[in-house]
Amino acid sequence: MSAWAFIRFYTILVYTFMFAPIAVVLLLAFNNSQFGGFPIDGLSLRWFAELFENEAIMRAFRTSFILGLMTAAVATTVGILAALALVRYQFRGKDWVTTFLISPVLVPETVLAVGLLIFLRWLHMPRSFTLLLLGHSIIALPFVVLVVQARLVGIRREYEEAARSLGASPVQTFFSVTFPLLLPAIFAGALFAFTISFDNITATIFWRPSGMETVPTQIFGMLRHSVSPEINALGFVMICITVGVPLLAGGLARYFSRRKV
Amino acid sequence: MARVELKQITKSFGILKAVHESDVVFEEGSFTTLLGPSGCGKTTILRMVSGLERPTGGDILIGGKRINDVPIHKRNLGLVFQNYALFPHRTIAENIAFGLKYRGVNKADAAQKVTEALDIVRLPGVEDRYPSQLSGGQQQRIAMARAIVIEPDVLLLDEPLSALDANLREEMRVELKSIQHRIGVTTIFVTHDQSEALAMSDKIIVMSDGRVEQVGAPAEVYNNPASVFVANFLGASNIVDVDVKGRGADTVTLDVPHFGAITLHADRATNLGDATRGKLVMRAEKLHLADGASPEGTVSTRGVVEAVDYQGQLARYFVRIGETRFQAMNMIDGVPFAEGAEVSVVLNPDDCSVLANEA
Repeated sequence: MSAWAFIRFYTILVYTFMFAPIAVVLLLAFNNSQFGGFPIDGLSLRWFAELFENEAIMRAFRTSFILGLMTAAVATTVGILAALALVRYQFRGKDWVTTFLISPVLVPETVLAVGLLIFLRWLHMPRSFTLLLLGHSIIALPFVVLVVQARLVGIRREYEEAARSLGASPVQTFFSVTFPLLLPAIFAGALFAFTISFDNITATIFWRPSGMETVPTQIFGMLRHSVSPEINALGFVMICITVGVPLLAGGLARYFSRRKV
Repeated sequence: MARVELKQITKSFGILKAVHESDVVFEEGSFTTLLGPSGCGKTTILRMVSGLERPTGGDILIGGKRINDVPIHKRNLGLVFQNYALFPHRTIAENIAFGLKYRGVNKADAAQKVTEALDIVRLPGVEDRYPSQLSGGQQQRIAMARAIVIEPDVLLLDEPLSALDANLREEMRVELKSIQHRIGVTTIFVTHDQSEALAMSDKIIVMSDGRVEQVGAPAEVYNNPASVFVANFLGASNIVDVDVKGRGADTVTLDVPHFGAITLHADRATNLGDATRGKLVMRAEKLHLADGASPEGTVSTRGVVEAVDYQGQLARYFVRIGETRFQAMNMIDGVPFAEGAEVSVVLNPDDCSVLANEA
């Protein structure tokens, strides 16, 4: 076997290993049978219908969606301000602040989760939606900071200086020049934050107040009893959202940037 | 329109002193150039006037008022950058009208002013385009329009021509000067290009290492450099040590190696003071190579052409006279001299100036 043929074979193997489980979920979501398994008896959308009638799942969906949007809002706002400070201003201990902001990516999520929980216990605060939002924002923040920072470095200071010289105050300069130029990065960062929050399970299990479920914890809970075909349908929807939203956003961004220039 | 005055201005970045105690005046309505190599402090001075940098010490006065503590957006200045810095997400009209918005100009008046500004920079009809749809020279005109439409007290130009290619640069040089002339705004122009400085300025301020080396009209700075640095920075010069042999009522006689005794008019020796030794500045373009006899009133010596740098209508020759290498920049009349040619090197004393030795 030639080297290239081997590489080709190996590549296919890796991709199969990675994507076959996902493909199975996607296929079984349309399986008519009560018990998940091959061969598929017939195509059906009944599991999707049941999904939408399942009150617990729909509640989890709403929770996840609101949590994701709020996480995106919080992480993006804080992330923009942090990136501005890190790129545009000189201050002592800048490297430490950078490391601190990025550290949630480096610390194992379980450690982070337990740490925040202990901290809250120390403050005598109960677990709540706010805690969950706070935690998700911390996890998403590094991604927003990195994306916005990268873009901000590429925006020459002269734009802001020109705006200032023409009479715009620092705040007016931010909203009329910096913010519009940052918009693609802000958009990407918000998207990251949303998907990270929407996907998160490890930390969420620690932080959620009792009785509150997000989509991942709901799936996790359902799996403890049995593998219901509903879960396959739910998996299908999840994949559509986490893959589809960024693709759609990327397409929109490209469309708008082409129209502008 | 206003006079700008810097009093004992200094600027330090950490331990680095970018501008040493300097007094500089930019006269009302004049076109003044800050000229010097990169890192000489010229841009720092411009940025201090604009408000982008705070001076470490000293005062900045615009129209007689101290403005050290006035933030940039309240100074009413026009600023033009090397890289244009047009807002890429806004149309040309929006770019130009940007400053008008903060001055409470209503929409109709703003549109009128935008049209007028585009006429001044000779680029009418591009209101609805985006900056990326214009060429570099056009973008720089828009940047100029954006800066002048707000009727600034002072116009600050930070190497505005450096990003353009050579032909366009010369064209824009004339254009820029004529725009400035028409609107009559006090203008501070920063450049490292001596020909831009000579061509455009009413007054040139030559800077080096954070200090002002010389202030004067272009011809003055060119003909009568105050220091070796200025002599070398404004065009190529040959600088030789000379002894002062005698002084007349309004003349100075010098003993020049190889060339012998020459007599200068006293106004070419203002920077000599009463020193007994000096440095003679011979501009490369004032040293003529010839193969015949030298004209009346000139001195000459023999030399050998070592290298020729052919530039079309001009040639830069490197000529060895004794142990010293001289530069001569001559118009080419017919065929240029070849390497190794023995020539006579002709010097007109009226074209030279002399500095005190320590300068």
